Amino acid sequence: MKIPFEKLDKAFENRVRLQIMSVLVVNERYDFNSLKELLDVTDGNLASHLKGLEKEEYVKVNKTFLGRKPNTSYEATEKGKTAFKAHLDALEALIKQQRTN
Amino acid sequence: MEEQNLHDELASIRNLMERSSKFISLSGLSGILAGIYALIGAVAAFLLLYYGSCSSPFIYANSTIALQDYNWSLIYELLIVAAAVLMASLATGLILAQRKAKRKNQPIWGEASKQLLFNMAVPLVAGGLLAVVMLLKGHIGFISSITLIFYGVALVSASNFTYKDVRYLGLLEILLGLFAAYVPGFGLYFWALGFGVLHIIYGSVVYFKYDR
Repeated sequence: MKIPFEKLDKAFENRVRLQIMSVLVVNERYDFNSLKELLDVTDGNLASHLKGLEKEEYVKVNKTFLGRKPNTSYEATEKGKTAFKAHLDALEALIKQQRTN
Repeated sequence: MEEQNLHDELASIRNLMERSSKFISLSGLSGILAGIYALIGAVAAFLLLYYGSCSSPFIYANSTIALQDYNWSLIYELLIVAAAVLMASLATGLILAQRKAKRKNQPIWGEASKQLLFNMAVPLVAGGLLAVVMLLKGHIGFISSITLIFYGVALVSASNFTYKDVRYLGLLEILLGLFAAYVPGFGLYFWALGFGVLHIIYGSVVYFKYDR
């Protein structure tokens, strides 16, 4: 039987992107620094993956000021949430199939 | 992709979802210790009330007494005991949470803990202010009931951001607070039960479920 790899979302091929998305689906919003600390990645690495997700319109950026300090936070869009869920379903289907094979 | 890879992927997602949205670094031991402090405080309050230097106890069966009948020096002593219990509990909770957070690789001051604190603070501040108003208006019999109920509400609202067990503790505190309102005059005993015994039980549950 053919394994439906094509159902896996290319945007989530990278682990960090998938991790970013899993944080954003359970939290209304998450700021850059907390995300960095949680995922234990570098500034540049995180920024580039966030850019990637932004380009897919999976996440939305909110720039606010906390006093004088700029504060960048991210939230998942509806499109992003749907894509994430579909990706998880695909992962689940893959596991099930490998069990029956 | 290997099956093991898939499983790792899913496990990491599940772990992140929990770690990012729930503060899972509350220590069970700190709950037990807070309960013990509260019981010590209750004993101290009991001694002050019935054997203290400035004791001319109120008539406890009355839930409302006139302000001029207040024994202020006794009230100050009781407030100091309460503040000491609160401070000791907070300090212990903070230190032990810090230790556990390091082990769990969760930031002590992150999104989850901020949400937890904010959701607790709103009912706590409201209840605390109401308790002060009751004290100033002479309704001392309701203070223990109010603190228990609002503390319970704070726990229930905070429970979305940490272990689910916190919710049951909150519900029990609310129930106890309602009983306390129904039988005024036994505030100290309800306090000892709610802040002492219930915390020790809750702390033990958390300790055995998540800490070991």
